[in-house]
Amino acid sequence: MHITEILFWFLTSLSLFSALMVVFSSNPVYSVLWLILVFFTISGHYILMNAQFLAIVNMIVYAGAIMVLFLFVIMFMNMNKESEPQKSNWLRLAAAVSGGSLMLILVAALKDNGGFINSLRGEGNIGLIKNLGKVLFTQYVVPFEISSILFLSAMVGAVVLAKKEKSPVVS
Amino acid sequence: MDLLAIDLSLALEKLLLIGGIITFSLIVAMYTTYGERKVAAFMQDRIGPNRAGPFGLLQPLADGLKLFFKEEIIPTASSKLLFVLGPALAMITAMLTSAVIPWGSSINVFGRDVSLQIADVNIGILYIFGVVSLGVYGIMIGGWSSNNKFSLIAAVRGASQIISYELAMGLSLIALLMMTGSLSLRTIVEQQMTGGWGGFLGWNILYQPLGFLIFLICVFAECNRTPFDLPEAENELNFGYHQEYSSMKLGLYLFSEYVNMFISSAVMATLFFGGYDIPFVDEATLSLTIGANAVALLGFGALFAKIVFFLFLFMWVRWTIPRFRYDQLMDLGWKKLIPLALANMLITAIVILWFNK
Repeated sequence: MHITEILFWFLTSLSLFSALMVVFSSNPVYSVLWLILVFFTISGHYILMNAQFLAIVNMIVYAGAIMVLFLFVIMFMNMNKESEPQKSNWLRLAAAVSGGSLMLILVAALKDNGGFINSLRGEGNIGLIKNLGKVLFTQYVVPFEISSILFLSAMVGAVVLAKKEKSPVVS
Repeated sequence: MDLLAIDLSLALEKLLLIGGIITFSLIVAMYTTYGERKVAAFMQDRIGPNRAGPFGLLQPLADGLKLFFKEEIIPTASSKLLFVLGPALAMITAMLTSAVIPWGSSINVFGRDVSLQIADVNIGILYIFGVVSLGVYGIMIGGWSSNNKFSLIAAVRGASQIISYELAMGLSLIALLMMTGSLSLRTIVEQQMTGGWGGFLGWNILYQPLGFLIFLICVFAECNRTPFDLPEAENELNFGYHQEYSSMKLGLYLFSEYVNMFISSAVMATLFFGGYDIPFVDEATLSLTIGANAVALLGFGALFAKIVFFLFLFMWVRWTIPRFRYDQLMDLGWKKLIPLALANMLITAIVILWFNK
C-alpha cells in the first residue's frame, strides 16, 4: 500500500471511532474531547489532500476556539446522569429515522463520485494559501465580503446583547 | 514496496534533529529556572541558590530529583485519565511549536546539507497559532479534572485570558505578514538577512515597533507570566489550576511554562530580530573565510543570544511589575491592544500601498 493510503485508512478509522465516541460518551466533557480529536483527524485529511491552509484554520477555529467555548459552558454546567432529561421512545424513533435518512442521502451523494476518491492523492494545489487567497479575492470576492459583513453584524449584535443596561440617572 | 520510498537518511536526520531540539529546549528550560531564581535574588538583594555545586549550578537537577521522588497523589474524586492527560498536554503543546522555528541555516554533514529546521512548512506562522490555541487544553483539562473549585476557576481564567490575547496577537502579526508576504519562518528570516549593515537594517523590529510591542505583551499573557499570571494568583486562588497536582505532574506544569517562555522567545527573535542573522556581519562573505558550517553555528549562537535576552526580559518584568486585576487584564486586551493592532495593520497597509503604487 502507498503511504498516503495507509494514512488515509488510519485517519478515517480514527475519525469514525472518535465520532462514535462523541455520541456514546456518558460524560459531556469526554464528548467534547472526542470531538476535538475528530477535528484533528479531519485536519489530517485536509493535509492529505494538500490543503494545508484549510487544515490549520480548521484546527485554529474549531479545535482551538469553538471547542474551548464548548468546554467552558459544559464544565460549569456540571451535568450528572440524574439531571439528564428522560426522553420518550417516540422521540428516539423519530431521531433514528431522521438521522438514518440523512445518512442515506449522504451515502447516495458520495457513492458515484469517483473524483472524490482521487482527490486524496494530494495532487490539487487549490488548498495552498496562495491559490486559495487568489480565488477568494478575485472570483469570489463579493460572497467573501458579504459573509464578512455577516460576521461583523453578528459580532456587533453579541456585544449589544451582552452590554449592561445603564441604570437611569436620577436627576 | 512503496513504503520504503521514504528517504531513510532524511528520516534519520529529522529524528536526530527533533531529539536534539527537544533535549536542548528541556536543558535550557531547566537552567531558566535557575536563572529565574538568580535574577530574582539579584533584584531583591539576596544571593539566591548557591549550595548545590559551584554557584548553585546543580540546583535545577536537585529540584527535579526532589519532584520525582515526592509522593504522587491522584485525588479520588478526579477523573483519572484526564488528570494525567492535563500536564502531558501542557508539555506537548509547549514543545510542538519548536518544529517550525529555523534554528540556523543549513550545515553540511558528510556531504549532505542538513537544514537546522524540523519542518519548513509554508504555513509556519499559522501552525504556531494553531499550537498556541491548543495550549489552553492542558490548563483547562487539568483544572477541571482536579474536581476542585479553585482549580476550575483558575483554569477558566487562564483559558479566557489566552483566547482574548490570541486575537491581538494575530492582528499584530498580520501587519508583519503584509510586509514579508510569506508565512514561512525561514523565508521571513532570509528576507531580514538581506538588509543593510550585515542584515541589521532588515530586522522587522525597525519597521514594526508597535506590532512587536503588542506581540510581546500578548506573549506574556499567553505564557501566563507576571503581570498576567492570574491563573496562578495564589492570594485569590490558593495555588491555581495545578493545586491538586503533586510530584512530577506538578513539575511538568511548572516546567512547561519555562519551555513556553523559551519557545516564544525564539519565535520573537525569529519574527522581529532577524532569527539566526548575525548583526553587522555579512554571512556570505564570512562563510568564504571560515566555512559555511562555522557560520551556521555562529548564527545559531546569535539566535541563542537573542533568546537569552528575551528570557531575561521575562524575569525582569516578573520581578518588577505587580499583577493585573482580572477586569484590567480584559480591558487591556480587548479595548486597548485590539484597536491598536487594527490601527497598526491599517497604517502598514496604507504605507505599503503608497510605496508600491
